[in-house]
Amino acid sequence: MQAVKMVITGPFSAGKTEFIGAVSEIDVVSTERKISSAAEQIKETTTVAMDFGRITVGDDLVLYLFGTPGQRRFDFMWDILSQGMLGFVVMVDSTKPETFREAKRILETFESYASTPYVVAANKQDMEDAWEPEDLRIILRLRQEVKILPCVATDKESVKNVLLELLYSILEQLDQNSQ
Amino acid sequence: MALKGNLRDFSTTQLLNLINLARKTGTLTIQHSGESAHMSFREGKLIYAYMGDNDNNHLAKILQHSGKLSAEQAQIIQAHAEGKSDKQLGHLLITAGRVTQNDIIQSVRQNVLDIVYRLFTWVEGVFRFEANKLPSPGHITIPIDLESVIMEGSRRLKEWEVLQEELPDLDVSLQFTERPDARLRNINLTVEEWRVVSFVNPRNTIRQIAKANNLSEFEIRRIVYGMLQAGLVEFVDKPKPAPVAEAADQGRRPKRQAVEQPPDVKRSVVERLIDRIKSI
Repeated sequence: MQAVKMVITGPFSAGKTEFIGAVSEIDVVSTERKISSAAEQIKETTTVAMDFGRITVGDDLVLYLFGTPGQRRFDFMWDILSQGMLGFVVMVDSTKPETFREAKRILETFESYASTPYVVAANKQDMEDAWEPEDLRIILRLRQEVKILPCVATDKESVKNVLLELLYSILEQLDQNSQ
Repeated sequence: MALKGNLRDFSTTQLLNLINLARKTGTLTIQHSGESAHMSFREGKLIYAYMGDNDNNHLAKILQHSGKLSAEQAQIIQAHAEGKSDKQLGHLLITAGRVTQNDIIQSVRQNVLDIVYRLFTWVEGVFRFEANKLPSPGHITIPIDLESVIMEGSRRLKEWEVLQEELPDLDVSLQFTERPDARLRNINLTVEEWRVVSFVNPRNTIRQIAKANNLSEFEIRRIVYGMLQAGLVEFVDKPKPAPVAEAADQGRRPKRQAVEQPPDVKRSVVERLIDRIKSI
C-alpha cells in the first residue's frame, strides 16, 4: 500500500478542519481542545496537534490529508507533519486581514521546509467582506506562478478544485524534473 | 467585494502598493482618532484627496494655502462661488487673471500630496476601499503616479520592526522588475537611492550594496523596502523567513536546516489521485 500525503496549513481559524472534512471519506480525526486564550476565542475549539483525513484511491494507494494546528504554540508540529509531503495548501481567511501577515509567515516557513508545489486557498469567498484573491496575491507577495484559488471550505466542489489545482502543479513539476 | 481592514495590519505604503499594482479605481477612506481621509484613484493613479468634510476642500482654500490667494481674497471668492464647482471656479479665476492654470494644477497636486504624506504617520485606523467610487465631475483631479508617493512614504518610515519583518534577510539579491527605466523616469530618487539603484544586480546581495554605500542596516532596509513597494525591484531569491530569535512577535518557528526534496512519486500515481478527487 502506497500512502501519499498533503498538508493543509494556514493561520488560526482559516478553515483547515472544514477543508479536510469536506472531502475526507472518514470523519476528520481531530485533536481539538477548548480554546484557553481569550484573544483567540472566536470559536470553541481548535486543532492542537493535527487534523487527519483520508481518501482511498485503490487497494494499493491512499491519500492522507494532514491539517496543521493554527495556534502558534503548537507549531512544533509543522516540521513533523511536513516531512514527505507531496504538496501543501495554505488556507487564508479572506475576511480577516489581520491574519494575512501570519499566513505569509507560515507560507514562507513551509516553503523553506521542502521544494514541493503549493497553492493558496482564499477561503470564505462566499462572505461579503472577503478580499479578492488577486488582492491577496499582492499583499502576500505571491509570485505569478503560484496559484491563488477562491475557496469555500465547506463546499466540496470548491475544495476539490483546490486539491486538483495542487495536483496539476505537482504534475507540472514532475514533468519539469523529468526534462 | 470589500477591501477593508486596519492600518495596524497594513501600512499606508502597502495599501498604496496594492492599489498601484492592481490598477484599482475607487476611493479609499481611512478613519483615525476622529479624523477621516479620503483618497480617490483611477486605474492605480492617485487623482484626488481630502480630509474630513469635502466642503473644507474648496479650491479657494487650497489656493490660499499655496499662497496664490490671500485669506481675504479666498474668503470673498468662496462666498461668491456658492453653487459653482471647483472646475467652474478655476475657469473663472484663470479668465479673470487671478491665477494661471499651472497655479491651480500645482496647488491641487500639492494639497493631495500633503494629505497622503500625513497618512504615513498613521499607524492605526480603519480603512475601506470602495471600488469605482470617484469624486463628482466638478472636482479638479490630477493624476499622480503612486511610485513616487510610495518612495516618499518609505522615507518617512521610522519603525524598525516593520522593516525587519518586510525584509528579514539582507543576504538576498535584487533585480529590476520589467521596464524599470520607464518607472525610474517618473520617480524622484535621492542621491543615496540612486547609488543603491546603481548596485542592483543579481550578483550583489543587499548586505553588499549597503557595505559598498556605507549604509546602516536600517537605511538600506528603508531604501530597499521603498523600491520593493514601488515595484522597482524584486528579489532574485525570495527571502527566507526571519530567524526565530530575531522576530519579536513570532514565537517559536521550527526551522529545518536543509530544504527537503519532494517525495519520489510517479506521474501515474498523481494521475490516479486526480481521477479519484474528481470522482468524489
